[in-house]
Amino acid sequence: MTEPRLVEVRQKVLKQNDLLARSLRDRFRAAGVYVVSLVSSPGSGKTTFLRQTLMELKSGRRVAAIVGDLATDNDAARLARAGVPIRQITTGTVCHLDATMVERALDSWALNELDYLFIENVGNLVCPSSYDLGEDLRLVLMSVTEGEDKPLKYPTIFNTADVAVITKMDLAGPAEFDLVAARYNIQSVRPGMRIFEVSAKTGSGMSEWFQFLQAALAIAVSQ
Amino acid sequence: MHELSIANSIVEIATAAAKRQQAAHVNTVYLRLGPLSGVVSDALRFSYEIVCEGTPLAGSNLVIEELPVVVHCAACEAQRTVDSIQYLRCPMCGAPTPEVVQGRELEVTALEIV
Repeated sequence: MTEPRLVEVRQKVLKQNDLLARSLRDRFRAAGVYVVSLVSSPGSGKTTFLRQTLMELKSGRRVAAIVGDLATDNDAARLARAGVPIRQITTGTVCHLDATMVERALDSWALNELDYLFIENVGNLVCPSSYDLGEDLRLVLMSVTEGEDKPLKYPTIFNTADVAVITKMDLAGPAEFDLVAARYNIQSVRPGMRIFEVSAKTGSGMSEWFQFLQAALAIAVSQ
Repeated sequence: MHELSIANSIVEIATAAAKRQQAAHVNTVYLRLGPLSGVVSDALRFSYEIVCEGTPLAGSNLVIEELPVVVHCAACEAQRTVDSIQYLRCPMCGAPTPEVVQGRELEVTALEIV
């Protein structure tokens, strides 16, 4: 009978995903495409926000999107109306996208023919936080109807994101949304986070977001 | 709940390491877990038991070392432990502390094997 023994391992559990995400990031950088991922809870207005963004950018830039969904292709169909290339990832029962799924969706896409690639994650504020997709920018969206304490309930996803977007601002009044408290809560879980307050429906606040994207691409391609 | 796929990865890592050591069974897996990893320890323990079945890890223990969040306070020029991931600010001076030094860990550190 052999004695039990202790061996050191020291391995990150998500090492495979992290390595693949790094190689995707290198690929994106080499192709000169700026990659933005979007995370939010279901129903926060992610798809409408993304559609408006695609519509705006497509006049001067080459844009495309990958959309993750559990079961349907409804979001992809809605986005396709923007008239840009859309690819769908159906995750089945999986509650998040990972780097492997993104790599598979890219397949033979000519990335060097794109300026922006958007990746819409599955509607979920928990699971996507653990998985690097190789994106340049991770956006977390929350709508005014979800309540201003959302960042405190889901601090990890807000902390791992780069930019926050408060959506459906046209409903802020009826929803009695406390914008000051929302901003305070976001800053509490992610100090210094850039926040956009938008209504994709009326267009308010969207121009600041578009300017931010233009500047981000300019910086990324100059590096 | 992505803890099931996380648990699967842990079992894969441990199985491969045990094979390298020519061990027949894994008794214990030691894991370091930060609160900003996005993984919930209770859900992970539950998933772990399920995915261990039928592997060299069947019946093994998962020992989770839950790490506190450590931030760098630029105002104090010091590392500080924060009590809650909801309030990333220096517990001494109150300055916001965006720089997280520790808290994202999700790492297998060691195995007990036979």
